[in-house]
Amino acid sequence: MKIGAWTAVAMLGLTSVTLAQDGNTLSIDGETIVTEAVAPAHLENLDTIYSGWRFRTSETQALQIDDFDNPAMIFVDQALDLFEAVDGSEGKSCSSCHTDGPEEFAGLHASMPKVVDGKLVVMEDLINSHRQDVMGAEPWKWSGADMQAMVALIGLQSRGTPMDVTIDGDAAPFWEKGKELYYTRFGQLEMSCANCHEDNYGTMIRADHLSQGQINGFPTYRLKQAKLISRHNRFRGCIRDTRAETFAEGSDEFRALELYVASRSNGLHVETPAVRQ
Amino acid sequence: MASGVKPRVKVPKTAAAGETITIKTLISHKMESGQRKDDDGNIIPRSIINRFTADFNGENVIDVTLEPAISTNPYFQFDAVVPESGEFKFTWYDDDGDVYDTSKEITVS
Amino acid sequence: MEITRRRILEIGTGAFACAGFLGLPAFASLSDDAITEFTGGAEMGEGVITLTAPEIAENGNTVPIGVDAPGAVEVSIFADGNPEPKVATFNFGPLSASRGASTRIRLARTQNVVAVAKMEDGTFQMVSAEVKVTIGGCGG
Repeated sequence: MKIGAWTAVAMLGLTSVTLAQDGNTLSIDGETIVTEAVAPAHLENLDTIYSGWRFRTSETQALQIDDFDNPAMIFVDQALDLFEAVDGSEGKSCSSCHTDGPEEFAGLHASMPKVVDGKLVVMEDLINSHRQDVMGAEPWKWSGADMQAMVALIGLQSRGTPMDVTIDGDAAPFWEKGKELYYTRFGQLEMSCANCHEDNYGTMIRADHLSQGQINGFPTYRLKQAKLISRHNRFRGCIRDTRAETFAEGSDEFRALELYVASRSNGLHVETPAVRQ
Repeated sequence: MASGVKPRVKVPKTAAAGETITIKTLISHKMESGQRKDDDGNIIPRSIINRFTADFNGENVIDVTLEPAISTNPYFQFDAVVPESGEFKFTWYDDDGDVYDTSKEITVS
Repeated sequence: MEITRRRILEIGTGAFACAGFLGLPAFASLSDDAITEFTGGAEMGEGVITLTAPEIAENGNTVPIGVDAPGAVEVSIFADGNPEPKVATFNFGPLSASRGASTRIRLARTQNVVAVAKMEDGTFQMVSAEVKVTIGGCGG
């Protein structure tokens, strides 16, 4: 099994890193999160899909097991305040309309991105369109702290429900475009998403233990940046590492890629907000 | 750094007299180390929380001196004994003079 | 185990990395100075306090550590490979229970984390642990 390759490195001196990917389950405050599932039918090259949590060291994994230890939760707390904060020309807050609170959005994250009126929309689009059209407020920056805190708060309402994005019907052309991007080699290194996350997950790329690149835990608190990282920011980072000019956060290319990558996670539980390296 | 600083603390709501309880605290703060440079090569000045204290009914539990090597969003876990019902007070001291605090009640049976 | 070119590269890198870890940090004297400042140069015993730290930190920006120092009144943490070796000092008050604490720290590179405890009788105890910090992953 490829996923055990870190142990090969461990035997050579980097000893006793305990990766819990072999059978350990993620349980957050008593709620069981599925981190391994049968790959969705559309995935031709994988039989099993694994959450990125399974590829992390036990110390990093531990940060996600307890909601208090999870540093992402301070930003979820901030988003709860933002949810109540009046902003914009209409004198409204999120809670002016969404009177049942963020809980109203249970399940939404698991079905995103989705096509609305012929357009592919992701969570950031929904938030900003409501801010602009309903509240008369300025849109938030894609990877800004306020935006990603709100995406995390809404995502958290779906934690523990299986990812289930639609790939047919209206979504089909966007999904096909995303799939094409996933398998396109970019940059001077000529690497596609698939080269790392499908062909070589479980092995090391320099000092990184490659995961399957699943996005069921985004926005995710990355220890490196010590803040919530958006899906598009992570896409940009990966493509930049191939020494390519990347697409912009919020570009149609990344929306399509997000739909395709989200569909590769279909069956894994939403973990938002996860903790990664 | 006065804006966007938000403390979180976890204290059990009840305990037996003299029982040891575990407390966890987390606060949002960038903990700028003073070691980093900006795009123009200038050192970004240090701006950290330099002290954290936990007290119970006016008596000290722990008093921590923080250096720039403490990670962004400082986290502490420690134990306390609670002799009677009362209130924990947690205080964080910022380099810029700001002080953030929060309290938690605990009932001892 | 299937032997591929990539795996051979990994093995090579692993062996090289091991060799690199044998070198002692050049900044050891800085942390020695900081420790002396804390102990006043007193001799330090070992075996009483324990330090919990990962052998390998996935990211040096956030490394969880914990110290357990029964009988200590004060514990100071040092990182001997950081530009500034002091990390934190814990003073235990009258209502502190276990004389232990956990936090998350920054480590600039592979190095030793050292905990020094001042005990109730005025003597000092120390413990250290090497933490390997992985550098060269996928950033950004």
